[in-house]
Amino acid sequence: MTDDTGRIDRVRELLMRALDDELDSAQHDEFERLLSDNPELREEWNHLSRLKEVTANMKLRNPPEEMWDGYWTSVYSRFERGLAWILVSVGAIVFGSWGAWAVVRDLMADNDLPTFVKWGMLALIVGLVMLLVSVLRHRLFVSKSDPYKEIER
Amino acid sequence: MNRVKAESERERDDGRTAEAILVRRVRAGDTAAFGELVSIYMQRCYYAALGMVGSPQDAEDLSQDAFARAFKARARLDPERPFYPWLYQILRRLCYNFTRDTSSRRRKLERAGGWLVAEATVRASVDDPERIRATEELRDRLETAIRELPPAQREVFVLKEFEGLKYREIAELLDVPIGTVMSRLYAARQRLAARLEGIE
Repeated sequence: MTDDTGRIDRVRELLMRALDDELDSAQHDEFERLLSDNPELREEWNHLSRLKEVTANMKLRNPPEEMWDGYWTSVYSRFERGLAWILVSVGAIVFGSWGAWAVVRDLMADNDLPTFVKWGMLALIVGLVMLLVSVLRHRLFVSKSDPYKEIER
Repeated sequence: MNRVKAESERERDDGRTAEAILVRRVRAGDTAAFGELVSIYMQRCYYAALGMVGSPQDAEDLSQDAFARAFKARARLDPERPFYPWLYQILRRLCYNFTRDTSSRRRKLERAGGWLVAEATVRASVDDPERIRATEELRDRLETAIRELPPAQREVFVLKEFEGLKYREIAELLDVPIGTVMSRLYAARQRLAARLEGIE
């Protein structure tokens, strides 16, 4: 079984090297021998050679030349924008938290507001904080060590 | 012969030294040095992304994003090691995430295509429309067949066929044994040959 697997791997390796012109002379002789002894391999070789002819005639399409001129500027804008987003987010979090705190403090100090509404508000705030902490913890720790994250769903 | 080899090795060493100097400057936050690295590797990075996602627009976007992330992670750069394989790891992760993200599959399919060009079409005379049409049809079929390959096979196939890398170079870039490169390549070629059966 292991010998068979090893032999199949060897034949495939020679087949690939022959297609890509990466055979040395000893490998070339070995491959020629295998081809003449094995009609199935010869057929596979012809099949893959036709594919090679097709792909050898194709190349990756060049983008418009102007793209290269503006490439660095676009990259630079991206990390500049990244920094701007961080600043905006930090500012928004600080400002939003302060605003929320001011609103909650005023509502809690309001003697006209029924007690059950105050308790409800407290529950809402605690719940939101717990959700935030849970999401952040997942992002920071769990997804980093998830062994299945590369698996396609 | 030996002199030519020695000269090319010396040139490669000089290139590595120059790159190591640039990497040290990038680590210190020098954006101009990073701009030089971008100029050196932007084409390679773009074409690698194009092979993986099959859409020029997305390839431009993802390759630029890879550079931006590389700059953000510059503290992890090692001046003793070549820059491109490190950048390539960032790029391939972005491309893998992009292709497996199903939320915009329809948009991606609409944008995919037109990333290969048949050299015969360029060479063919304008008064041979039949040949041009046949070549274009073949190109479309090949593009679709490559797009349907599993990402790991597609990546190896594109690096070999369209970027012309040697097996050793592919293995180093992907950090896998040469045997794995060959088995992925073999599997990719088998699938493609089956899909293109009957072509002339």
